[in-house]
Amino acid sequence: MAEVRVTSTLRTLVGAKAVNGDGGTVGAVLADLESRYPGFKAQISGDDGELHRFVNVYVNDEDIRYLQALDTPVGDDDVVSILPALAGGAG
Amino acid sequence: MLTLPQSYVDEMIAHAREDVPNECCGIIAADGAGAAAKLYRALNAEASPYRYNVDPKDLLRIYRDIDDNDWDVMVIYHSHTHTEAYPSPTDTRLAAWPDAYYVIVSLEDDATPVVRAFTITDGEVTEEELAVS
Repeated sequence: MAEVRVTSTLRTLVGAKAVNGDGGTVGAVLADLESRYPGFKAQISGDDGELHRFVNVYVNDEDIRYLQALDTPVGDDDVVSILPALAGGAG
Repeated sequence: MLTLPQSYVDEMIAHAREDVPNECCGIIAADGAGAAAKLYRALNAEASPYRYNVDPKDLLRIYRDIDDNDWDVMVIYHSHTHTEAYPSPTDTRLAAWPDAYYVIVSLEDDATPVVRAFTITDGEVTEEELAVS
């Protein structure tokens, strides 16, 4: 199982800085977490299942936007990190 | 109440001025006792006078360093170059860190920068007292 590191609201939801997630892709790991922590996916994706634009998901050091998004493979030794974007601005 | 040493406030203002005409952004980490431990200047991926979005790779770099030290994200700061130091509708809509203070440095009056602190939870903005130690 891959390690999934979470912060902010998700950390409050799962009650830890990191949890194990089961699945061969990022999408499968997120579905596994949703099954154990209802509401998990709603924090990071819309009704269509796509990740919110202002959520960053990484496998190890890479942003999954530049890999295969939710289809990015995840191995047992991989670390998935989920960080809400730090964004805003006057305009 | 948010307490920051004067040097951190000075550093945020200096960062804001250096990045003009664009908005700057950064993070201040707190140690286990809640005291400011380190200021990280972040890369604004938008490179814009009106928007900021911490570059995702830079965000991961900073967050890992904070996590490795068992620190927490205490302050998320950014600058407003031509508007007051108050969260804009965009700031409020995109605020995803309810446990952090959002600090805004306004350079609206360049000679007299204004620094104010807020919390933003579920779209609700609350001004917090900023004490400089």
